[in-house]
Amino acid sequence: MSETTTTDVAIIGAGPAGLFAVFELGLLDIKAHLIDILPKIGGQCAELYPEKPIYDIPGFPEISGHGLVENLAKQVQPFHPTFHLNEMVESLEVLGTPEHPKFRVGTDAGTSIEAKAVIIAAGGGSFQPKRPPIPRIEGYEGASVFYAVRKIEQFRGKRVVIVGGGDSALDWVLNLHPVAERITLIHRRDAFRAAPHSVNAMRALVAEGKMDFILGQVMGLKGEGSQLAVASIRKEDGTHVEHECDTLLPFFGLTMKLGPIADWGLNLHENLIPTDTEKFETNIPGIFAIGDIITYPGKLKLILSGFHEGALAAQKIHRYVYPEKKLLFQYTTSSTSLQRKLGVN
Amino acid sequence: MTQVTFIDATGASRTVEAQIGSTVMETALRASVPGIEAECGGACACATCHVYVSDAWTEIVGKPSQMEEDMLDFASDVRPTSRLSCQIKVTSELDGLIVTTPAKQG
Repeated sequence: MSETTTTDVAIIGAGPAGLFAVFELGLLDIKAHLIDILPKIGGQCAELYPEKPIYDIPGFPEISGHGLVENLAKQVQPFHPTFHLNEMVESLEVLGTPEHPKFRVGTDAGTSIEAKAVIIAAGGGSFQPKRPPIPRIEGYEGASVFYAVRKIEQFRGKRVVIVGGGDSALDWVLNLHPVAERITLIHRRDAFRAAPHSVNAMRALVAEGKMDFILGQVMGLKGEGSQLAVASIRKEDGTHVEHECDTLLPFFGLTMKLGPIADWGLNLHENLIPTDTEKFETNIPGIFAIGDIITYPGKLKLILSGFHEGALAAQKIHRYVYPEKKLLFQYTTSSTSLQRKLGVN
Repeated sequence: MTQVTFIDATGASRTVEAQIGSTVMETALRASVPGIEAECGGACACATCHVYVSDAWTEIVGKPSQMEEDMLDFASDVRPTSRLSCQIKVTSELDGLIVTTPAKQG
Protein backbone atom coordinates (compact mmCIF):
# COMPACT_ATOMS: atom_id res chain seq x y z
CA MET A 1 0.00 0.00 0.00
CA SER A 2 1.45 3.36 -0.96
CA GLU A 3 1.53 6.35 1.35
CA THR A 4 -1.39 8.72 1.33
CA THR A 5 -0.88 12.47 1.02
CA THR A 6 -3.41 14.75 2.69
CA THR A 7 -4.33 18.11 1.21
CA ASP A 8 -7.33 20.43 0.93
CA VAL A 9 -8.26 19.96 -2.72
CA ALA A 10 -7.28 17.49 -5.42
CA ILE A 11 -7.58 18.98 -8.90
CA ILE A 12 -7.85 16.53 -11.77
CA GLY A 13 -6.37 18.17 -14.85
CA ALA A 14 -3.63 20.80 -15.04
CA GLY A 15 -4.99 22.76 -17.99
CA PRO A 16 -5.81 26.48 -17.77
CA ALA A 17 -9.00 25.93 -15.72
CA GLY A 18 -7.28 23.68 -13.17
CA LEU A 19 -4.28 26.01 -12.91
CA PHE A 20 -6.36 29.12 -12.32
CA ALA A 21 -8.44 27.25 -9.72
CA VAL A 22 -5.18 26.89 -7.74
CA PHE A 23 -4.93 30.68 -7.70
CA GLU A 24 -8.50 31.27 -6.55
CA LEU A 25 -8.17 28.56 -3.87
CA GLY A 26 -4.81 29.93 -2.79
CA LEU A 27 -6.28 33.37 -2.12
CA LEU A 28 -8.63 31.62 0.32
CA ASP A 29 -5.74 29.74 2.03
CA ILE A 30 -6.77 26.46 0.41
CA LYS A 31 -3.97 24.14 -0.70
CA ALA A 32 -4.14 22.03 -3.84
CA HIS A 33 -2.56 19.06 -5.56
CA LEU A 34 -2.95 18.75 -9.34
CA ILE A 35 -2.84 15.50 -11.27
CA ASP A 36 -2.44 15.29 -15.05
CA ILE A 37 -1.83 12.42 -17.44
CA LEU A 38 0.45 14.54 -19.63
CA PRO A 39 4.11 14.95 -18.65
CA LYS A 40 3.64 18.74 -18.65
CA ILE A 41 1.11 21.26 -17.38
CA GLY A 42 -1.21 23.21 -19.68
CA GLY A 43 -3.60 20.57 -20.98
CA GLN A 44 -4.87 21.18 -24.50
CA CYS A 45 -3.07 24.56 -24.64
CA ALA A 46 0.24 22.76 -24.21
CA GLU A 47 -0.52 19.57 -26.13
CA LEU A 48 -2.69 20.68 -29.04
CA TYR A 49 -1.80 24.29 -29.81
CA PRO A 50 1.26 25.59 -27.91
CA GLU A 51 2.22 27.96 -30.75
CA LYS A 52 -1.28 29.00 -31.82
CA PRO A 53 -2.35 32.50 -30.91
CA ILE A 54 -5.47 32.73 -28.70
CA TYR A 55 -7.44 35.97 -29.13
CA ASP A 56 -10.16 35.68 -26.50
CA ILE A 57 -8.35 35.77 -23.18
CA PRO A 58 -9.51 38.95 -21.42
CA GLY A 59 -6.70 41.48 -21.23
CA PHE A 60 -4.55 39.67 -23.80
CA PRO A 61 -5.32 40.74 -27.39
CA GLU A 62 -3.11 37.85 -28.48
CA ILE A 63 -1.31 35.15 -26.52
CA SER A 64 -0.03 31.69 -27.50
CA GLY A 65 -1.16 28.52 -25.74
CA HIS A 66 2.34 28.15 -24.37
CA GLY A 67 2.46 31.80 -23.26
CA LEU A 68 -0.84 31.50 -21.40
CA VAL A 69 0.31 28.36 -19.57
CA GLU A 70 3.60 30.03 -18.66
CA ASN A 71 1.74 33.03 -17.23
CA LEU A 72 -0.67 30.85 -15.27
CA ALA A 73 2.24 28.85 -13.83
CA LYS A 74 3.78 32.14 -12.67
CA GLN A 75 0.46 33.33 -11.26
CA VAL A 76 -0.02 30.21 -9.08
CA GLN A 77 3.60 30.05 -8.00
CA PRO A 78 3.00 31.89 -4.67
CA PHE A 79 0.70 29.04 -3.61
CA HIS A 80 3.19 26.22 -4.26
CA PRO A 81 0.80 23.67 -5.70
CA THR A 82 2.04 20.07 -5.91
CA PHE A 83 1.95 18.55 -9.40
CA HIS A 84 1.58 14.85 -10.12
CA LEU A 85 2.34 14.71 -13.85
CA ASN A 86 2.33 11.66 -16.12
CA GLU A 87 -0.32 10.13 -13.87
CA MET A 88 -3.90 9.27 -14.60
CA VAL A 89 -6.51 9.38 -11.84
CA GLU A 90 -8.07 5.94 -11.78
CA SER A 91 -10.19 5.96 -8.67
CA LEU A 92 -12.18 8.47 -6.67
CA GLU A 93 -13.62 7.16 -3.40
CA VAL A 94 -16.07 9.04 -1.23
CA LEU A 95 -14.91 8.77 2.41
CA GLY A 96 -16.86 11.54 4.17
CA THR A 97 -20.44 12.66 4.45
CA PRO A 98 -22.27 15.23 2.30
CA GLU A 99 -21.86 17.77 5.14
CA HIS A 100 -18.20 16.96 5.74
CA PRO A 101 -16.95 15.53 2.47
CA LYS A 102 -13.67 13.72 2.18
CA PHE A 103 -12.29 11.85 -0.79
CA ARG A 104 -9.46 9.56 -1.73
CA VAL A 105 -8.01 9.97 -5.21
CA GLY A 106 -5.81 7.17 -6.59
CA THR A 107 -3.62 7.32 -9.71
CA ASP A 108 -2.17 4.67 -11.99
CA ALA A 109 1.27 5.48 -10.57
CA GLY A 110 0.15 4.50 -7.06
CA THR A 111 -0.26 8.06 -5.73
CA SER A 112 -3.00 8.34 -3.15
CA ILE A 113 -4.35 11.75 -2.12
CA GLU A 114 -6.94 12.47 0.56
CA ALA A 115 -8.75 15.78 0.13
CA LYS A 116 -11.77 17.61 1.47
CA ALA A 117 -12.90 18.51 -2.04
CA VAL A 118 -12.14 17.48 -5.60
CA ILE A 119 -12.21 19.67 -8.69
CA ILE A 120 -12.53 17.86 -12.00
CA ALA A 121 -10.95 20.12 -14.61
CA ALA A 122 -10.28 17.39 -17.14
CA GLY A 123 -11.22 19.25 -20.33
CA GLY A 124 -11.94 16.76 -23.08
CA GLY A 125 -10.82 13.91 -20.85
CA SER A 126 -7.41 12.36 -20.56
CA PHE A 127 -5.00 12.32 -23.46
CA GLN A 128 -4.43 8.72 -24.48
CA PRO A 129 -2.67 7.10 -27.42
CA LYS A 130 -4.88 7.01 -30.48
CA ARG A 131 -5.98 3.64 -31.81
CA PRO A 132 -5.54 3.74 -35.59
CA PRO A 133 -8.67 2.56 -37.41
CA ILE A 134 -7.05 -0.64 -38.67
CA PRO A 135 -9.73 -3.35 -38.82
CA ARG A 136 -9.65 -5.81 -35.88
CA ILE A 137 -6.62 -4.16 -34.22
CA GLU A 138 -8.39 -4.40 -30.80
CA GLY A 139 -8.03 -8.17 -30.88
CA TYR A 140 -4.24 -7.94 -30.79
CA GLU A 141 -3.92 -5.16 -28.20
CA GLY A 142 -1.96 -6.07 -25.10
CA ALA A 143 -0.62 -9.27 -26.71
CA SER A 144 1.11 -8.13 -29.88
CA VAL A 145 -0.06 -4.55 -30.46
CA PHE A 146 1.16 -1.92 -27.98
CA TYR A 147 0.74 1.86 -27.81
CA ALA A 148 3.54 2.38 -25.32
CA VAL A 149 6.70 0.55 -24.37
CA ARG A 150 6.87 -0.37 -20.70
CA LYS A 151 9.69 -2.92 -20.82
CA ILE A 152 12.24 -3.03 -23.60
CA GLU A 153 13.07 -6.68 -22.80
CA GLN A 154 9.58 -7.66 -23.89
CA PHE A 155 10.69 -7.03 -27.48
CA ARG A 156 13.88 -9.08 -27.41
CA GLY A 157 14.14 -11.32 -30.46
CA LYS A 158 10.86 -10.05 -31.93
CA ARG A 159 10.15 -8.82 -35.42
CA VAL A 160 8.80 -5.39 -34.54
CA VAL A 161 6.85 -3.08 -36.85
CA ILE A 162 6.70 0.55 -35.74
CA VAL A 163 4.26 2.90 -37.47
CA GLY A 164 4.52 6.68 -37.43
CA GLY A 165 6.79 9.60 -38.17
CA GLY A 166 7.02 11.50 -34.89
CA ASP A 167 9.42 11.40 -31.98
CA SER A 168 7.73 8.44 -30.26
CA ALA A 169 8.02 6.28 -33.38
CA LEU A 170 11.63 7.22 -34.13
CA ASP A 171 12.76 7.02 -30.51
CA TRP A 172 11.45 3.47 -30.21
CA VAL A 173 12.99 2.49 -33.54
CA LEU A 174 16.37 3.51 -32.14
CA ASN A 175 15.83 2.13 -28.62
CA LEU A 176 14.40 -1.23 -29.64
CA HIS A 177 16.82 -1.77 -32.51
CA PRO A 178 19.51 -3.35 -30.28
CA VAL A 179 17.14 -5.94 -28.77
CA ALA A 180 14.66 -6.72 -31.54
CA GLU A 181 15.30 -9.40 -34.15
CA ARG A 182 14.35 -6.91 -36.87
CA ILE A 183 12.79 -3.46 -36.84
CA THR A 184 10.61 -2.20 -39.65
CA LEU A 185 9.46 1.41 -39.67
CA ILE A 186 6.37 2.20 -41.70
CA HIS A 187 5.43 5.79 -42.43
CA ARG A 188 3.19 7.23 -45.12
CA ARG A 189 5.72 9.74 -46.44
CA ASP A 190 9.46 10.30 -46.56
CA ALA A 191 9.25 13.30 -44.23
CA PHE A 192 9.24 13.09 -40.46
CA ARG A 193 8.06 15.23 -37.58
CA ALA A 194 10.68 13.66 -35.33
CA ALA A 195 13.93 15.37 -34.35
CA PRO A 196 16.35 15.45 -37.33
CA HIS A 197 19.13 13.61 -35.45
CA SER A 198 16.77 10.66 -34.77
CA VAL A 199 15.75 10.61 -38.43
CA ASN A 200 19.40 10.66 -39.51
CA ALA A 201 20.24 7.81 -37.13
CA MET A 202 17.32 5.77 -38.53
CA ARG A 203 18.41 6.45 -42.12
CA ALA A 204 21.94 5.34 -41.28
CA LEU A 205 20.62 2.02 -39.90
CA VAL A 206 18.58 1.51 -43.07
CA ALA A 207 21.60 2.29 -45.25
CA GLU A 208 23.66 -0.28 -43.32
CA GLY A 209 20.93 -2.87 -43.87
CA LYS A 210 20.26 -3.15 -40.13
CA MET A 211 16.58 -2.25 -40.33
CA ASP A 212 13.87 -1.61 -42.90
CA PHE A 213 11.86 1.44 -43.78
CA ILE A 214 8.70 1.04 -45.84
CA LEU A 215 6.88 4.03 -47.30
CA GLY A 216 3.25 3.08 -46.84
CA GLN A 217 0.32 2.54 -44.52
CA VAL A 218 -0.86 -0.49 -42.57
CA MET A 219 -4.29 -1.43 -43.92
CA GLY A 220 -4.89 -4.74 -42.13
CA LEU A 221 -3.54 -7.31 -39.69
CA LYS A 222 -3.53 -11.09 -39.77
CA GLY A 223 -2.71 -13.57 -37.06
CA GLU A 224 -3.94 -16.34 -34.87
CA GLY A 225 -5.87 -15.42 -31.78
CA SER A 226 -4.18 -12.36 -30.31
CA GLN A 227 -0.80 -13.24 -31.87
CA LEU A 228 -0.01 -11.07 -34.84
CA ALA A 229 1.66 -12.75 -37.84
CA VAL A 230 1.32 -10.38 -40.79
CA ALA A 231 0.80 -6.67 -41.38
CA SER A 232 -0.79 -5.86 -44.75
CA ILE A 233 0.82 -2.75 -46.08
CA ARG A 234 -0.29 -0.48 -48.90
CA LYS A 235 2.90 1.02 -50.27
CA GLU A 236 3.16 4.55 -51.58
CA ASP A 237 3.04 3.32 -55.20
CA GLY A 238 -0.30 1.60 -54.52
CA THR A 239 1.05 -1.96 -54.41
CA HIS A 240 0.35 -4.20 -51.42
CA VAL A 241 2.84 -6.24 -49.42
CA GLU A 242 2.31 -8.75 -46.65
CA HIS A 243 4.93 -8.12 -43.98
CA GLU A 244 5.61 -10.86 -41.43
CA CYS A 245 5.96 -9.59 -37.88
CA ASP A 246 5.34 -10.47 -34.21
CA THR A 247 4.65 -7.06 -32.75
CA LEU A 248 3.14 -3.79 -33.93
CA LEU A 249 3.70 -0.43 -32.24
CA PRO A 250 1.45 2.26 -33.79
CA PHE A 251 2.18 5.88 -32.84
CA PHE A 252 -0.69 8.00 -34.13
CA GLY A 253 -0.65 10.75 -31.55
CA LEU A 254 -3.05 11.32 -28.70
CA THR A 255 -6.77 11.59 -28.43
CA MET A 256 -8.98 12.66 -25.54
CA LYS A 257 -11.01 10.03 -23.71
CA LEU A 258 -13.30 10.49 -20.73
CA GLY A 259 -11.69 7.41 -19.18
CA PRO A 260 -12.28 6.41 -15.54
CA ILE A 261 -14.30 9.59 -14.78
CA ALA A 262 -17.32 7.70 -16.11
CA ASP A 263 -17.06 5.18 -13.24
CA TRP A 264 -17.21 7.53 -10.25
CA GLY A 265 -20.97 7.76 -9.82
CA LEU A 266 -21.21 11.23 -11.33
CA ASN A 267 -24.19 12.18 -13.43
CA LEU A 268 -23.10 12.45 -17.05
CA HIS A 269 -24.80 14.04 -20.01
CA GLU A 270 -23.26 13.18 -23.39
CA ASN A 271 -19.87 12.60 -21.76
CA LEU A 272 -20.04 15.93 -19.94
CA ILE A 273 -20.59 16.52 -16.23
CA PRO A 274 -23.65 18.61 -15.35
CA THR A 275 -23.05 21.17 -12.58
CA ASP A 276 -25.00 23.97 -10.99
CA THR A 277 -24.00 27.49 -12.00
CA GLU A 278 -23.61 28.91 -8.51
CA LYS A 279 -20.87 26.66 -7.09
CA PHE A 280 -20.09 24.34 -10.02
CA GLU A 281 -20.69 21.38 -7.78
CA THR A 282 -21.67 18.00 -9.27
CA ASN A 283 -24.34 15.61 -8.00
CA ILE A 284 -21.85 14.45 -5.35
CA PRO A 285 -21.36 17.15 -2.67
CA GLY A 286 -17.69 18.10 -2.47
CA ILE A 287 -16.90 17.10 -6.05
CA PHE A 288 -16.76 20.14 -8.28
CA ALA A 289 -16.20 20.34 -12.01
CA ILE A 290 -15.04 23.26 -14.16
CA GLY A 291 -13.94 24.00 -17.72
CA ASP A 292 -14.62 22.14 -20.94
CA ILE A 293 -15.77 18.95 -19.21
CA ILE A 294 -18.92 20.46 -17.73
CA THR A 295 -22.33 21.37 -19.05
CA TYR A 296 -25.08 23.69 -17.85
CA PRO A 297 -27.62 25.83 -19.68
CA GLY A 298 -25.67 28.36 -21.74
CA LYS A 299 -22.24 26.75 -21.17
CA LEU A 300 -19.53 28.00 -23.50
CA LYS A 301 -16.33 26.01 -23.90
CA LEU A 302 -14.09 29.02 -23.49
CA ILE A 303 -11.00 29.30 -21.31
CA LEU A 304 -12.46 32.40 -19.68
CA SER A 305 -15.56 30.41 -18.61
CA GLY A 306 -13.27 27.90 -16.89
CA PHE A 307 -11.62 30.74 -14.94
CA HIS A 308 -14.99 32.05 -13.74
CA GLU A 309 -16.16 28.56 -12.78
CA GLY A 310 -13.01 27.94 -10.73
CA ALA A 311 -13.42 31.20 -8.83
CA LEU A 312 -16.98 30.35 -7.84
CA ALA A 313 -16.17 26.75 -6.92
CA ALA A 314 -13.41 28.03 -4.60
CA GLN A 315 -15.97 30.04 -2.60
CA LYS A 316 -18.00 26.92 -1.78
CA ILE A 317 -14.90 24.80 -1.19
CA HIS A 318 -13.87 27.31 1.48
CA ARG A 319 -16.94 26.23 3.46
CA TYR A 320 -15.87 22.58 3.31
CA VAL A 321 -12.24 23.27 4.20
CA TYR A 322 -12.90 25.93 6.88
CA PRO A 323 -16.46 25.22 8.10
CA GLU A 324 -16.03 27.47 11.13
CA LYS A 325 -14.65 30.50 9.26
CA LYS A 326 -16.72 33.21 7.63
CA LEU A 327 -15.51 34.08 4.16
CA LEU A 328 -14.80 37.75 3.64
CA PHE A 329 -14.83 38.81 0.01
CA GLN A 330 -11.69 40.76 -0.82
CA TYR A 331 -9.95 42.36 -3.81
CA THR A 332 -6.30 41.75 -4.71
CA THR A 333 -5.99 45.48 -5.49
CA SER A 334 -6.76 46.61 -1.96
CA SER A 335 -6.55 43.72 0.52
CA THR A 336 -3.23 43.67 2.36
CA SER A 337 -3.94 40.11 3.49
CA LEU A 338 -4.36 38.88 -0.11
CA GLN A 339 -1.29 40.82 -1.18
CA ARG A 340 0.73 39.17 1.59
CA LYS A 341 -0.35 35.75 0.30
CA LEU A 342 0.75 36.76 -3.19
CA GLY A 343 4.11 37.86 -1.82
CA VAL A 344 3.70 41.42 -3.11
CA ASN A 345 3.29 43.18 0.23
CA MET B 1 -24.56 30.94 -53.62
CA THR B 2 -21.53 28.75 -53.05
CA GLN B 3 -22.17 25.06 -52.61
CA VAL B 4 -20.07 22.15 -51.38
CA THR B 5 -21.00 18.49 -51.82
CA PHE B 6 -20.00 15.92 -49.22
CA ILE B 7 -20.08 12.25 -50.20
CA ASP B 8 -19.77 9.78 -47.34
CA ALA B 9 -18.03 6.40 -47.39
CA THR B 10 -21.28 4.65 -48.34
CA GLY B 11 -21.73 6.95 -51.34
CA ALA B 12 -24.53 9.09 -49.89
CA SER B 13 -24.25 12.66 -51.10
CA ARG B 14 -25.23 15.93 -49.43
CA THR B 15 -24.95 19.33 -51.08
CA VAL B 16 -24.97 22.27 -48.69
CA GLU B 17 -24.61 26.05 -48.81
CA ALA B 18 -21.17 27.33 -47.85
CA GLN B 19 -20.26 30.80 -46.67
CA ILE B 20 -17.32 32.39 -48.44
CA GLY B 21 -14.49 32.83 -45.96
CA SER B 22 -15.53 29.94 -43.73
CA THR B 23 -13.82 26.57 -43.97
CA VAL B 24 -15.08 23.35 -45.51
CA MET B 25 -15.01 21.81 -42.00
CA GLU B 26 -17.19 24.63 -40.60
CA THR B 27 -19.53 24.22 -43.58
CA ALA B 28 -19.96 20.53 -42.72
CA LEU B 29 -20.57 21.16 -39.01
CA ARG B 30 -23.04 24.00 -39.66
CA ALA B 31 -25.06 21.76 -41.96
CA SER B 32 -24.75 18.74 -39.61
CA VAL B 33 -22.99 16.70 -42.27
CA PRO B 34 -21.86 13.44 -40.64
CA GLY B 35 -18.35 12.05 -41.08
CA ILE B 36 -16.48 15.17 -39.93
CA GLU B 37 -15.58 15.26 -36.24
CA ALA B 38 -13.21 18.25 -35.92
CA GLU B 39 -12.14 17.30 -32.41
CA CYS B 40 -9.75 20.26 -32.05
CA GLY B 41 -12.21 22.82 -33.39
CA GLY B 42 -10.26 23.79 -36.48
CA ALA B 43 -6.79 24.45 -35.08
CA CYS B 44 -5.06 22.00 -37.45
CA ALA B 45 -4.22 20.10 -34.27
CA CYS B 46 -5.93 16.77 -34.91
CA ALA B 47 -6.85 14.80 -38.00
CA THR B 48 -10.56 14.26 -37.53
CA CYS B 49 -11.83 16.45 -40.38
CA HIS B 50 -10.00 14.42 -43.03
CA VAL B 51 -11.54 14.48 -46.53
CA TYR B 52 -10.59 13.33 -50.01
CA VAL B 53 -10.90 16.11 -52.57
CA SER B 54 -12.45 14.83 -55.79
CA ASP B 55 -9.97 14.56 -58.65
CA ALA B 56 -11.46 17.45 -60.64
CA TRP B 57 -10.89 19.81 -57.72
CA THR B 58 -7.47 18.87 -56.38
CA GLU B 59 -5.61 21.47 -58.43
CA ILE B 60 -7.92 24.35 -57.51
CA VAL B 61 -8.00 23.39 -53.82
CA GLY B 62 -4.24 22.98 -53.73
CA LYS B 63 -1.79 20.99 -51.62
CA PRO B 64 -1.67 20.79 -47.84
CA SER B 65 0.77 22.99 -45.95
CA GLN B 66 3.71 21.52 -44.06
CA MET B 67 1.80 21.66 -40.77
CA GLU B 68 -1.25 20.02 -42.34
CA GLU B 69 0.95 17.23 -43.79
CA ASP B 70 2.27 16.64 -40.27
CA MET B 71 -1.27 16.29 -38.95
CA LEU B 72 -2.28 14.00 -41.82
CA ASP B 73 0.23 11.52 -40.35
CA PHE B 74 -2.40 10.90 -37.66
CA ALA B 75 -5.17 10.16 -40.13
CA SER B 76 -5.76 6.73 -41.59
CA ASP B 77 -5.98 5.70 -45.23
CA VAL B 78 -4.25 8.89 -46.37
CA ARG B 79 -4.30 9.31 -50.16
CA PRO B 80 -2.74 11.83 -52.54
CA THR B 81 -6.06 13.76 -52.51
CA SER B 82 -6.26 13.88 -48.70
CA ARG B 83 -6.79 17.24 -47.00
CA LEU B 84 -7.91 18.41 -43.60
CA SER B 85 -11.18 20.25 -44.28
CA CYS B 86 -10.49 22.86 -41.57
CA GLN B 87 -7.62 24.07 -43.72
CA ILE B 88 -9.66 24.58 -46.91
CA LYS B 89 -11.14 28.10 -47.06
CA VAL B 90 -14.28 28.44 -49.13
CA THR B 91 -13.88 30.93 -51.99
CA SER B 92 -16.15 31.67 -54.97
CA GLU B 93 -13.74 29.59 -57.05
CA LEU B 94 -14.67 26.53 -54.98
CA ASP B 95 -18.39 26.71 -55.84
CA GLY B 96 -19.42 23.14 -56.64
CA LEU B 97 -16.53 21.54 -54.73
CA ILE B 98 -16.95 17.82 -54.09
CA VAL B 99 -15.21 16.05 -51.19
CA THR B 100 -15.54 12.52 -49.85
CA THR B 101 -15.33 11.71 -46.15
CA PRO B 102 -13.35 8.61 -45.10
CA ALA B 103 -14.93 5.52 -43.54
CA LYS B 104 -13.45 6.54 -40.19
CA GLN B 105 -11.94 9.72 -38.78
CA GLY B 106 -8.85 9.77 -36.59
